Amino acid sequence: MRQWTGFLTIYWRDMLRFFRFKTLLVSSLVQPALWLAFFGIAMSANFARLSSGMAPLPGIREVGYLTFMAAGVIALTTLFTSLFGGIVILFDKNWGLMREVMASPLPRGHVIVGIGLSGMTKSFIQVSIITAFGILIGVEFFSGNTPVQVLVSLLGMFLFVGIFSLGFVFLSSAIAASLESPEGLQGIMTLLSLPLFFVSNALYPAAVFPPALSALSAANPLTHLINGVRYFTIGPDFQVIGVHYALSVQDVALSLGVLAVFTAAMFGIALWRFGKAVVT
Amino acid sequence: MGSPPIIEVSSLFHSYGETEAVRGVSFFVREGEIFSLLGPNGAGKSTVINVLITLLPLQKGNVTIAGYDLARDPAHVRRSIGIVFQEVTLDRDMTCREILEFHGRLYQMPAAERKARIEELLALVELRGKADTLTRHLSGGMKRRLEIARGLMTRPRILFLDEPTIGLDPQTRRRMWDYIRAVNREGTTIFLTTHYMDEADSLSDRISIMDHGTIVTTGTGWELKNRLGEDLIYLETSDNARARDVLGGVPDVGELREKSHGIVAMVKKDGTFLLPVLIERLISEGIRVHAVNLKKPSLDDVFVHYTGRELRDEGQGRGPLQGGPAGVRPG
Ligand SMILES: Nc1ncnc2c1ncn2[C@@H]1O[C@H](COP(=O)(O)OP(=O)(O)OP(=O)(O)O)[C@@H](O)[C@H]1O
Ligand SMILES: [Mg+2]
Repeated sequence: MRQWTGFLTIYWRDMLRFFRFKTLLVSSLVQPALWLAFFGIAMSANFARLSSGMAPLPGIREVGYLTFMAAGVIALTTLFTSLFGGIVILFDKNWGLMREVMASPLPRGHVIVGIGLSGMTKSFIQVSIITAFGILIGVEFFSGNTPVQVLVSLLGMFLFVGIFSLGFVFLSSAIAASLESPEGLQGIMTLLSLPLFFVSNALYPAAVFPPALSALSAANPLTHLINGVRYFTIGPDFQVIGVHYALSVQDVALSLGVLAVFTAAMFGIALWRFGKAVVT
Repeated sequence: MGSPPIIEVSSLFHSYGETEAVRGVSFFVREGEIFSLLGPNGAGKSTVINVLITLLPLQKGNVTIAGYDLARDPAHVRRSIGIVFQEVTLDRDMTCREILEFHGRLYQMPAAERKARIEELLALVELRGKADTLTRHLSGGMKRRLEIARGLMTRPRILFLDEPTIGLDPQTRRRMWDYIRAVNREGTTIFLTTHYMDEADSLSDRISIMDHGTIVTTGTGWELKNRLGEDLIYLETSDNARARDVLGGVPDVGELREKSHGIVAMVKKDGTFLLPVLIERLISEGIRVHAVNLKKPSLDDVFVHYTGRELRDEGQGRGPLQGGPAGVRPG
């Protein structure tokens, strides 16, 4: 019955809706780029002034704050886009649109996978734009790489972004399937995203955290995404504003493993919550 | 009356927490017929439909649809049915064609078949000119038609329609009825719910009247009306209580009901000839007759008879016969 391709139907519709309204589309693409441009350039100037007196650590490659932050912006954009990726389920439920799907022979897991893939696609598009735009305004990604290395780095980055994004779309799908109405949704999302954001090394080095926060940061999927993104875009060993970053292949593999486990768990939770949801 | 049942429901119960929405419902629908579940708001019609179409779990009871047991084989039930929900469930940001395309994909229809079927259905519901219009720009009637087309996309054996003409103007309603009849003529069994008497009466082969979670009676429109007798005679007299006793002694008079100003007699004979007899009898007993009215029972009367309430203003406890059979006080 070609049943296994069912999720493509859900994916197709969600993409159709995403590309339909150009203003929404354009704003969702331009926003992270603008953030990078304004925030990044302003902060770079700040940090440059602050660290102007410090001597760089000898023998370690130095990168600018803008470059450091660009990786963080990629991670945060992925987080926010993915956290809202499943919300479409809540709106479809509320508008009655979910009934058609729920009364159809399509297994519920396919709905989750379809929505997950479309959230992932949106993240991929945004990340591509941030990367391209960043390089345009002076972000030193992939510096000194051969074209083949660049390709490998891109694949690595998208692998991390993809797995992380799926995990958070699944999480938001689980939330959306559990909620009765969109009230309170904003609150839940803020409650979820702010700690993730602050207890991560997205915009400042985790090395400066007290030990308890460091432990939390190590359990934070966002930290692992950022590790992966930095490893592939900037490199395994670099310093920024006097802080040394070193990631071994093992570190990166561990991060990938943590994300994979997280995403698998979120898929399970989404399946469970969606299985319980009664849609009429 | 021959065709076998395609839907069989026995002792169906459903509650939402404390609310017992459906309290032991049994009925069957024959293949190829138009069957209506008629009842006021809150009777439990949508609950019944939602259980049958697998949106609500089957809590208690036995249901067979298109030969499949609902509890054991919901997947096959889903493949055998088409659905038009009570509320509009069209994505505002998709075109008519995309709505149908999505539905066809959802049911894994092959691309070529999908394409042909979409054109066929757009023509059937006269929406070809709107094929590439976003549904947000359609009128209420067009939306309903598109939903019918969607329900038919997979050539289901049974089409479920929950209040198909709610909120439509009289003209549009009539056109919807024509579509429903046309679909039925093609061989699709129709199961619909409605709270419009005229809709149930003019469309259906058989009707079940539902009230407070139970089915109070079932039959063809003609059978239901005939159960009330040949005619309904309404009389206002100088002494309604005594008139009732007197009329109760007449052999051709069936059930009698007292209204606020008069009494209604359901009579088993042609009322045109019986009425003078009744008046004579009353006069001979010294009871004066102030007003009379005579009419054939309507589905409204059937509804009032079985539920003790009028459908239009439910909860009032008053029938349409209150001021006379035609609902208008004579004289
Ligand atoms: N999701 C729900 N949760 C709790 N109670 C419900 C729910 N849905 C329906 N009910 C209750 O169940 C009863 C039957 O409702 P149902 O929607 O089946 O009636 P209906 O005949 O379709 O009415 P209408 O003509 O208004 O559509 C009502 O008392 C209603 O309040
Ligand atoms: Mg209803």
